[in-house]
Amino acid sequence: MSHNAFITEATVDPTDSGPLDGVTVAVKDNISTEGVRTTCGSAMLEEYVPPYDATVVRRLKEAGATVVGKANMDEFGMGTTTETSAFGATENPAAEGRVPGGSSGGSAAAVAAGEADVALGSDTGGSVRCPAAFCGVVGIKPTYGLVSRYGLVAYANSLEQIGPLAPTVEDAAELLDVVAGPDPKDATTRDEGADSDYAAAADRDVDGLTVGVPTELVEGADEGVVEVFEDALDDLRAQGATTEEVSLPSVETAVQAYYVIAMSEASSNLARFDGVRYGPATDSEGNWNEAFAAVREEGFGEEVKRRILLGTYALSAGYHDKYYKQAQDARAWVKQDFDSAFEDVDVLASPTMPVPPFERGESLEDPLQMYLADANTVPVNLANLPAISVPAGETDEGPVGLQFVGPAFDEETIIRAGSALE
Amino acid sequence: MTVDDEEVRHVASLARVDLDDEEVERFTEQFGDILEYFEALEEVPEVDREAELANVMRPDEVEEGLTQEEALQNAPETEDGYFKGPKVS
Repeated sequence: MSHNAFITEATVDPTDSGPLDGVTVAVKDNISTEGVRTTCGSAMLEEYVPPYDATVVRRLKEAGATVVGKANMDEFGMGTTTETSAFGATENPAAEGRVPGGSSGGSAAAVAAGEADVALGSDTGGSVRCPAAFCGVVGIKPTYGLVSRYGLVAYANSLEQIGPLAPTVEDAAELLDVVAGPDPKDATTRDEGADSDYAAAADRDVDGLTVGVPTELVEGADEGVVEVFEDALDDLRAQGATTEEVSLPSVETAVQAYYVIAMSEASSNLARFDGVRYGPATDSEGNWNEAFAAVREEGFGEEVKRRILLGTYALSAGYHDKYYKQAQDARAWVKQDFDSAFEDVDVLASPTMPVPPFERGESLEDPLQMYLADANTVPVNLANLPAISVPAGETDEGPVGLQFVGPAFDEETIIRAGSALE
Repeated sequence: MTVDDEEVRHVASLARVDLDDEEVERFTEQFGDILEYFEALEEVPEVDREAELANVMRPDEVEEGLTQEEALQNAPETEDGYFKGPKVS
């Protein structure tokens, strides 16, 4: 296991037989597995062993899958490189010396290196699609509400979804079929996906499909990435799809809105890590507040502290209207922009990441630089839409992913479009 | 937007996170840049939000939950079947 794709290797046997018989799955380490420690890549949860399975894990086991390990990740999902894990960085098997992307980097690396057939990750602002793009595999961020979040350790609830990673679009779609559908344990789940057959949609038939290309998501991208992207569009046109430019002016403020909302939700969600019900013991002799602060200093890494503090700041008296309220306005604007684009086109296409995989260590010193890399993926989470990243080719610096975004609960169309590039 | 180290220490105390001096210095520098970047949100136009929201309720029925032992199994300290925490004041 040379790429450090797993935090914990384990064998969890299936409980039943089904469509995933004989399939091995890597599960991101923020998804609870009964009896197998679930760390979220954090020293805070180094010893935490959940007493129950996440709904998606139960569904995997019932479908015949064997879980082979808990995949490495940026601490609590906060990162774009899988370098902030308390258990060491993961290496990109498809571009050695470079990062696998994040925060589900271990899940993508396990699939790219053949250490698992398929994997589950979670996507709050691109955390499934980014590592899929950097590692040359397929990743799907489902529509918000399609997949249960019961048992997913919360970072930013209003944005995140569990999603599949796999070597092919059909494999990813099949895994999505297994985990999608309503769950009485998560009241945000919806009925769409209950009897899904997304795998059947991977039929490569894009004849007559209208693909919108948002200029704002291509303009800022690296030259080599744009070349690969344009070649992929040529390929789609050759198969009968038409492409047209569209404009999404709201995406210019999507990264800011995303980070304000995600950090605000994180500051609230991570308040549960007080060292009482779980977490490391400290020898603080202080009162409750002092002991609480001491355990969080010890248990959290720098990026997690940065986001908790910025989120606390954004929600604090005097700043709530300036940051949080405006970010919610920006979110509504993004949603409106996507809705009007889908009146004219079936799907939207862009490079998944505007840059090729970073060299290791490159982005750690400058958090703002890392946040900017999420420009193409975060609008999708703000609008609660589905998106897929499929391998589109390579630059000298590593793989390039192409992202298709679809209307809410129209996973079939993005899966169909993605399969046409294979 | 400028942020001074006192503000960083104040927010850290609100968030119940101890910081060492080096972290305070680094965060003070970074927060200025990041918050300045967030200022772009001032340019966002007013948008009508038309979210259709519905409460989702299920019958309030007793279901099987974790046992007391399971609920306590990850706690660093317990006593007589309870979590044991630091004193409140």
